Amino acid sequence: MFRRLKDKLTKGWMIFCLVVVILLPLFIGVGLMVKSSLLLEKHSVWNLLFTSSWQPLEGKFGFLPFILSSLWITIIAILISGPVCLLSAIYLTQYAKSFVLKIMHPVIDILAGIPSVIFGVWGLLVVVPVIARISPFFGSAGSGYTIISGALVLSIMIIPFILNILIEVFRAIPEELTESSLSLGATRWETVKYVLVRKAFPGIISALGLGISRAFGETIAVLMVVGNVITIPHGIFDPGYPLPALIANNYGEMLSIPMYDSALMLSAFILFIVVLVFNLFSRFAIARLERFY
Amino acid sequence: MNGTPKIIIRNLNVSIGKQQILRNINVQVPENKITVLLGPSGCGKTTLLKTLNRLTDLYEDVNLKGSIIIDNEDILNTNSDITMLRKKMGLLSQRPYPLPMSIFDNVAYGLRISGIRKKKILQEKVRHYLEQASLWDEVFDRLKDPASKLSIGQQQRLCLARGLAVDPEIILADEPTSALDPISSQAIEEKFMELKQNYTIVVVTHILRQARRIADHVVFMYLGDVIEQGPAAEIFSNPKMDRTKQYFKGAFN
Amino acid sequence: MKFKKTEETFFRWLMILSTSVIVAGLLLIISSIIYKGLPALSWEMLSQTPKGGFYFGKEGGILNAIIGSLYLSVGATFLALLIGLPVALYMNIFLKKHNRIVNIIRFFLDLSWGIPSIVYGAFGFTMMIYFGLQSSLLAGMITVSLFIIPIMIRAMDEVLKTVPIGLMEASFSLGSTKSETAFKVFLKQCFTGLVTAILLSFGRAIGDAASVLFTTGYTDNIPQSLGEPTATLPLAIFFQLSSPIPEVKARAYASALVLTVIILIISISARLLSKRYNKHKIKF
Repeated sequence: MFRRLKDKLTKGWMIFCLVVVILLPLFIGVGLMVKSSLLLEKHSVWNLLFTSSWQPLEGKFGFLPFILSSLWITIIAILISGPVCLLSAIYLTQYAKSFVLKIMHPVIDILAGIPSVIFGVWGLLVVVPVIARISPFFGSAGSGYTIISGALVLSIMIIPFILNILIEVFRAIPEELTESSLSLGATRWETVKYVLVRKAFPGIISALGLGISRAFGETIAVLMVVGNVITIPHGIFDPGYPLPALIANNYGEMLSIPMYDSALMLSAFILFIVVLVFNLFSRFAIARLERFY
Repeated sequence: MNGTPKIIIRNLNVSIGKQQILRNINVQVPENKITVLLGPSGCGKTTLLKTLNRLTDLYEDVNLKGSIIIDNEDILNTNSDITMLRKKMGLLSQRPYPLPMSIFDNVAYGLRISGIRKKKILQEKVRHYLEQASLWDEVFDRLKDPASKLSIGQQQRLCLARGLAVDPEIILADEPTSALDPISSQAIEEKFMELKQNYTIVVVTHILRQARRIADHVVFMYLGDVIEQGPAAEIFSNPKMDRTKQYFKGAFN
Repeated sequence: MKFKKTEETFFRWLMILSTSVIVAGLLLIISSIIYKGLPALSWEMLSQTPKGGFYFGKEGGILNAIIGSLYLSVGATFLALLIGLPVALYMNIFLKKHNRIVNIIRFFLDLSWGIPSIVYGAFGFTMMIYFGLQSSLLAGMITVSLFIIPIMIRAMDEVLKTVPIGLMEASFSLGSTKSETAFKVFLKQCFTGLVTAILLSFGRAIGDAASVLFTTGYTDNIPQSLGEPTATLPLAIFFQLSSPIPEVKARAYASALVLTVIILIISISARLLSKRYNKHKIKF
């Protein structure tokens, strides 16, 4: 009898926890939406997202500079780390001896475990000075606190994340497919190029999608190296001010200016939506594309 | 031995890591005949087959000793391009693995790799080989569809067509019917009987009845050793070794 | 044919280059932190809280941040374990047959995992205001635990997934209830794997700055109760680094080194544990 009861209680607790966990993302979404609705009632979405005048004291909230900064940084970061991860994943799963992968696993793990703020410190120590040195050649003033610095730091940060998924993707392809292609007279590289990459295509798309969503929300490391100047960036050697940095830098004064807190919560809400969209996109990309291969 | 040998295997030893998979194999595969590698699962048939076109290179700690001579060339100790060697041999695996592309492109794949680009020629050849594999009638109106949409039996015939398309001299088949329904299996078997006029065929199987149906030449293997080999009629009617007799009686599988 | 070979060789080198860049990146990060941090590191830094004038380069250390971070991460990991472990067990025992449901749960978890920590921070802050709490150790713990729950569950899920169904059937046929099977059989079978998952989550908790930015506050004292604000290592690094005074900046590098060492210890012990775990795992 007592065992029965214990079983019931345990099960109850498990289900309760499960419900909490499932509701958590919904809760966060709804909470942020409610908080930002104050601002959304006063201004049209169009106005908020596509104007660039940011003067909280005068009640002007144009998110465009922040959104564009975030987009620039994210896109450049993915353009850098995407190819690197793809090439490395192909190398590790198709060409390298197995001991190389054995070395790379801890490397990836450690890289994934390094805290954001450490990447930021590294960015300040290495990336910013280097960019400051080279940016005059690209016709820029050269403080080093630029979009490209943020993107570089970010690209290293998302490498372990994307690489891990890609390694899994390539590993899941049956060996026999390679064998078939080879026995038709293809070289190893032709097999990779025409068969494996095609087969892995849905997985690659979803890895990059998840990488983008991860990159979009990264805060501290990027904030430390991009300069945080509220202007629309015109080139990669301009400073930027991404959305997460906006939230992180201003939480202190957000309660003292009317609507400011609502504006910051809207930023958080935008991040949430972007992550949601890219997660869904990646998942459906896999499901849809796989039918064609 | 019946007929001229196409493949001569001499003193072949294969080990993976410390494990010996094949011991001192000496086999001759006659030209334009169906040779069946027969034996219970785990006896090294598949490894032997993969050694024939050096797919063993894909695995790290595989160690090959001995020689395999095809057309006067020892393919285990050669300087010539392995890619070209492999082209000489079409492979049909246990389950069909269509390439992730359309039906047409599956057959055209090997042709394109070997440098044929003209659309006209490709179309002609694809049609020819699909007909050879008795698949044309079923797919001619949907050549652009992904190959994965075909039934598994059709996929296996597609794999046969794409293998034939690169104009091999030898067909290696690794339990080619094990994933198929009886009707598709029969179709494949009949195809082999037809193809042996122009090709040397090596089939791995552990199905005794299939071996009886198609084999001209039989190599019986057990735990990495070749126990007995010879013309099918002889082996099946009058096996000499105890192991072979036991196997034919169904003592083990 | 010649061209084919050249192309393959070219890409092969490009692949090796990419892989080396990744390794080099990690080495560069760690070595630059050590290079800058080691000279500034002293026993005083590790053993003392900030004294007057600390932020102008005078005496004191970052003990407040080290202890604060440990308190915060231990608390958050414990809370996450309390919620996460039952969910992971439930998914892999009670819902073993319902693959669809488990996959939907996994999707929600992956989604939560993907939400940036700054969003958790903002959400935590909102909740804190709503419930009238002050920024404190407790508020930080709760926020961080929300943030690491999905990570922990997914990591545990990966471990529990590998338990063969035969073991579960054996346990049931001996008359165990499902929850007994969960806590007696599964927990024992997967113990090291689960500890690895906990360590991983702990590493996340101690390293994250964005989620605690709003919720823990910052103080030079070691917190005495859950209601007090607390310093954390990532924020200590962040704040000290923004100082123009060289001595303070140097201390930021030293703090970064301390945090890196903590993370490396966690990563490596998790690695060693999971290696041992793999050795004892029965392969099917």
